[in-house]
This record gives sequence, structure tokens and C-alpha cells, in this order.
Amino acid sequence: MSKLKHMKLGDILFSIFQYVMLIGASIIALVPVVVCVFTAFKTNDEYAATSVLDFPEHWTYLENFVVAFTKANMGRCFLNTGIVLVVVLTLSILFSSMLAYILNRFRFPGHGLIDNLFTFASLIPGIATQVTVYQIMYSLGLINHLYGYIIVLCGTDIISIYIFLQFFENLPTSLDESAILDGCTYFGIFFKILFPLLKPAIVTSCILKGVSVYNEYYMSNLYLQNANLKTISTALYTFTGPYGNQYNYICAGVLITIIPILIVFLLCQKQIYGGLAAGAVKG
Amino acid sequence: MNAIVAEQKSPLQFFHDGRVQRKLVIFCFMILPMALLIVFTYVPFIKMIQFSFYDRTYLDSGKFVGLKNYLEVFTRSECFGSLAVSLYYMGGAVVQLGLALFFASLMVFKVKGAGVYKACMFFPYLICGIAVGFIFKFFYSRGYVLDTILMMFGMDLEDIPYWLQNQSINNISLVATSVWRYTGQNMVLFLGAMMSVDNDLYEAADLDGAGKWQKFRYIILPSIKTIIVLNLILSISGSLSAFEPPYVITNGTMGTGTYFVIMNRLAHENQKVGLACAMAIVLLAIIVLCTVAQKLFFKYVFTDGADDPEAAAEAKRQRKAAKAARKQKKEVAPV
Repeated sequence: MSKLKHMKLGDILFSIFQYVMLIGASIIALVPVVVCVFTAFKTNDEYAATSVLDFPEHWTYLENFVVAFTKANMGRCFLNTGIVLVVVLTLSILFSSMLAYILNRFRFPGHGLIDNLFTFASLIPGIATQVTVYQIMYSLGLINHLYGYIIVLCGTDIISIYIFLQFFENLPTSLDESAILDGCTYFGIFFKILFPLLKPAIVTSCILKGVSVYNEYYMSNLYLQNANLKTISTALYTFTGPYGNQYNYICAGVLITIIPILIVFLLCQKQIYGGLAAGAVKG
Repeated sequence: MNAIVAEQKSPLQFFHDGRVQRKLVIFCFMILPMALLIVFTYVPFIKMIQFSFYDRTYLDSGKFVGLKNYLEVFTRSECFGSLAVSLYYMGGAVVQLGLALFFASLMVFKVKGAGVYKACMFFPYLICGIAVGFIFKFFYSRGYVLDTILMMFGMDLEDIPYWLQNQSINNISLVATSVWRYTGQNMVLFLGAMMSVDNDLYEAADLDGAGKWQKFRYIILPSIKTIIVLNLILSISGSLSAFEPPYVITNGTMGTGTYFVIMNRLAHENQKVGLACAMAIVLLAIIVLCTVAQKLFFKYVFTDGADDPEAAAEAKRQRKAAKAARKQKKEVAPV
């Protein structure tokens, strides 16, 4: 109360304005998703009879989730996505940290050229080159194999390289120098001394890359056409035909794919926000 | 003398020789990433340039047609029309930046539950494109979410347009989904830049009795003008590369095909690979132009403040010195 007295009228009005705007925006951001949550818990009859904004009768009605999960073969798709995620993250962290180490710590003929090659590659719109990438994948026999998809995902990783490059800039070279005096090899320096120190950058690029791999569907759709190889986002796409307007099933499917992302988001909010800023500075 | 010593080295010593090892580590660490970059980015890129001069399909190598494909990019109504659709996305990008700036500025000033609002607005960014597509198909369908909400506010169903079918409005509906998805992400970026402002500045502003508007105008805005201009320039190429909303929600039908969607259709459905490649090259040229413009802009327009680390460091040093001086004064004064 006493605090209120000290505030000027303008400050109070501003405060009210702040809350109204921010709460309003949060609600608008959530409405499309929340409506999906309501709908996913409705039976067919309930879905046909009630307004989309009504609460479902029973929050324990899980039939839609079961149908969505089994019809789209989501168990298998989660397994595929899991395999792709683990392998792609491991490889791309390794590759991009190694490359960043070389580019940051050594000067050699061709250094500038390689740097420029990566910078220019980041400008080439990914979807545009898929026309010709498809031909290369085809001639290498990589289509309809999980490993083919994994390789193509590893090949398009420029953001991670930037994150690691920035991180190396802030690691003092005196670390390397003293290790060399102790008789450590360059390989030893990287794997034993520097790599453990990269942990924050690894977490950041794992999250950013992980989210983009989990959500990727264009290449998955192009290179994994076999039903048993589908990833989670392309599995969701199969709902387009058979369910037409049965949005209670579709919403259940949508929620199943969102839940893992939501959990990761709630657990690593700070790293995600931080990672975004790190990824954005590259421009 | 040196040559003799080198010859006597055992393989292990040879490995420990700095120069050799250096070459070895450079080679080993670069070979795989470079191979991937070349095979999956540069070979396709060079092939793309080559294909753009041919009238060809996926398998048939076709015949050389010179610049015909490029002329077609600018004369074919399909391609040219998609550039007009991109204007909607450009407008959307400006609205999105404005909203992000607005909400980020509101959040810079103390407010309870800032983390919750931030999370709510940011989360859409993490949802997969296909899921966003379904969410909004449902949202815009006749008689579903949006219509129900509008009817709650007293609108008649007959007065409400078909959000995805009506050609005068469906592009706006699609752009809105992308604004919904990316505003939070932009906001987080802006907020990060605003928070990195030296706290001394705010303190000094408080001492001088600056109001909120003045703080916004003279402290917050300068701190993020770089990132705003950057995002404005990026929005030009970004709006040309807009792909997901029309691809997933309307499949580019009913006049919603953006440049990328048309290119994708030409390549994969009509098998006009040469024309699609020419479109890709034109897009890339525009992106490169934007990037060069951005570099020039930053080089010649923003020469003060945050973009020049030395000047910024100098300013910071001066502020610190001034603060220390004030502190000393305070300590001395009572005596």
C-alpha cells in the first residue's frame, strides 16, 4: 500500500497497460494450441455436438491418442526420430567443434577460402538445392535409408559451426600453449583439454540442432518414403488424408508430437534463449 | 645438420614434430566436414547453375536453352505472381518485428511473471511446421475456432469470410500464422540485446529523472537498432523463401503459392527442373544482394556506439572512471 502511494499515476497506468498487453498476447499465443488440447480429449459424438471452445467432458478420455498413435505407426516413427537425433547430434557436434577448432586456432593456406565457403553456404537456401541434392542422393544410393537421411542432415550444419567458433574465441590460447609444453599433441589438446570446456556450446548447439532435426519434414519426406522409415513429423503429415475433418484425432496426433518438445523447452528454457542469441549474432 | 637429425627420428618422434602434427590435425579434422560441405552443398549448387541453362526433367538431361529459363522466371505469370504473394510476407515480417519490439520493450521494464509471458509467446516457435499447419487448418476452418470466437463477440457467421478460401484474405491468414510463430522468437532476440545494455546507463537516466519514453528512445532503441536493421534486411530474403505456411496449410492453391512453393511444384510435380533451378539462382542472387546491402549499411551508416567495440569499450571506461570518481567523492565528503 505504502509502495503504491509513492508511485505516480502515470506509472500505475503504465503498469496496467503492461499487464493487459502481455497477458493478452500470451493468451492469443496459446489459444490455437489450447483449443487443440480441448478437442483431443473429446469423443466423436462430443466433438460433433459441442462448440470447439467447450471443455471436454472427461479429461481421462484417451482413445484419440491411442488411435492417433497406432494408426500413424508413431511408435516406430519415434524410434526412427530417436536414432536420427542421437547420431546426427553426435556427429554434427563432433564435426563442427573440430572444424571450429581448426579455423580458430590455426592459420594455413586456404584458411580464408574455407571460411568463405562456409559463409557463402549459409546463404544458399536449403530447399532450393534439394532438386539437385536429390540426384546426388539417388546416385549414391542413399534414398530410403535412415543413414542417408542422417548424412544429409549432418551436411547442412552451419549454425553449430558459428556457435563453436564464437566459443573458441573466448577460450584463451594459453591453455593450448601450456599443454604443448607438457608434451600434449594437438589431438590431445582438443579431446582432453578443450572439448570438455566446450560444454555450454555443446548444450546450446544440441538444443538448436535437436529442435530443428525433430521438426524437419521436407527432406524426411523426400528421402524416406518407406512407411517404416518415417520420422515423427512426416508421420503427422499422413493424417491429412484419412481423417479429413475428424480434428479430435488430428489434434491428438499434433499434441503427441508437441509433448516431447514442450518437455525439453520447460527443462532448458535458459539454454534455448541463450542459444538463439548466440545463433543470431552470426549475421 | 638439421636434415640429419630429422632423418634419425623414429615414427613417434616424427609424429611429435610440431609441423607434421599440425598438418595432420588440420587434415584429419577438416576432411569429413569439408567432404560433406562439398558433396551436399557445392556440388548441388554447381549442378543447379548448370541445370538452369537446360530444359530438362529429373532423368532426361534435355537440351541447352541458354537464358530462356531466366526470362521465363520474370515473364511466367505463375512465378511473377508469387513475387506479389511474397509482398504479403514482407508486410507480415514488418508487423512481426514491430510487435516483437513492442512486447520486448514492455518486458524490459519490471513486470511480474515476465518469464511466463515470454515462454507463452516463444513456445510457438518450437512447434513443428506440420503441426502448426494442422493447428491452423483447424483454427481457420469454417465454423471452428476463429469463427466461434468471433461469433462469441457477436459477429454473424454469414459476415465472416472463408479464411483460407477467400482469395482477398487467405494470404493474410497464412501470414498471420507465421507472425504467430516467429514474433516470440524475435522478441527474445530483442530482449537479449536490450538486457545487455550497461546498467549504469539506466541508473544515470534515473538520476537525471528520465521518464520511460526517454529511456526507450535514448537507451533501449540505440541498443537494438543494429538487430532491427539486420532483421528488416533479412525479412526481404526471408519473405521470398516463405514456404511452410502455404505448403502445409493450402498446398499453394487458391493464389497462396509463394516463390518457394511454386519452385517446389515446378521441380517435383511438373518436372521442370531447369526452370526451378533458374528460380533458385534468382532467389540466391537476391539474397546475396541483401547481404551485401546489409554489410555496406553497417559499414557506412552505423559507425558509432555498439558496433564499434573499441569506441564502446572507451565509453565504458569513461563511465567507470566517472562512477569511481563519484564514489570517491561520497567517501570523502563526510570527513
